[in-house]
Amino acid sequence: MEVEETGTDEVVVPDKPWVTIVWNDPVNLMSYVAFVFQKHFGYAKEKAHKLMLDVHEKGRAVVSSGTREEMERDVEAMHGYGLWATMQHDE
Amino acid sequence: MVAHFRRARSGGLSVTFDATEARLLRHVFAEMLELLGDSGSDVEDDPLAAAVGIGTATEAPEDPALARLFPDGYTDDAEASADFRRYTEPGLRAQKRAALQTALRMLGEGGQRLAVSDDEAGAWLRALNDTRLVLGQRLDVSEDWDEIAESLTPDDPRLPLFWVYDRLTYLEESLVQALW
Repeated sequence: MEVEETGTDEVVVPDKPWVTIVWNDPVNLMSYVAFVFQKHFGYAKEKAHKLMLDVHEKGRAVVSSGTREEMERDVEAMHGYGLWATMQHDE
Repeated sequence: MVAHFRRARSGGLSVTFDATEARLLRHVFAEMLELLGDSGSDVEDDPLAAAVGIGTATEAPEDPALARLFPDGYTDDAEASADFRRYTEPGLRAQKRAALQTALRMLGEGGQRLAVSDDEAGAWLRALNDTRLVLGQRLDVSEDWDEIAESLTPDDPRLPLFWVYDRLTYLEESLVQALW
């Protein structure tokens, strides 16, 4: 992550205004969804499992955040795995 | 289908299909390739765009099963979704086709133990999952699909498809467990 130095001691950390959302669907296996989260995002098993449960129980979960370009790569990867994912500006 | 993937002691995975299972998988994977080959993204209309992997389709495919494989990329922005589709759908389509082709090439006639590398396992995973997504859409599968399947009468035309779906689910679950 690039950190921009300003003239003062203040450090401006770029915000992460975009998010990738994975939506629940009745076909994808719970084990498969957790596996994909671990494999693609490198999340620990526990975190991947928790996110999968959020998708399953709440109908959706934010699985990553970052720049628009980063989220486009994540959404494309999720579609490659057959997960139902969309991105949006985090408001 | 009793076949399932397992970790091989020598590394990678292994699976053994009998002749019936191999024939069934060959059939469904070939149908998937046909579905995916029926390009909605008119790449041949624009050879230059096709050469760099950009499609011309900006709307979701009409076939709901294909629309499930290639959903919109943005939650609530049709214009951005259209652009996203042009840049991603041809590549995703090629990736899905390649996974199916890898699985098909390995299948053989059944009866033999197949050694499956980790890369090949990834292809099998995509091939099985995409096939289930399409079958699930065709069958209008819901969370309690197994209860519905059990309530079908023997002459219900959906029964064979439900059976295939169930078998593919079992096979995919075994693959995920073997990979974790």
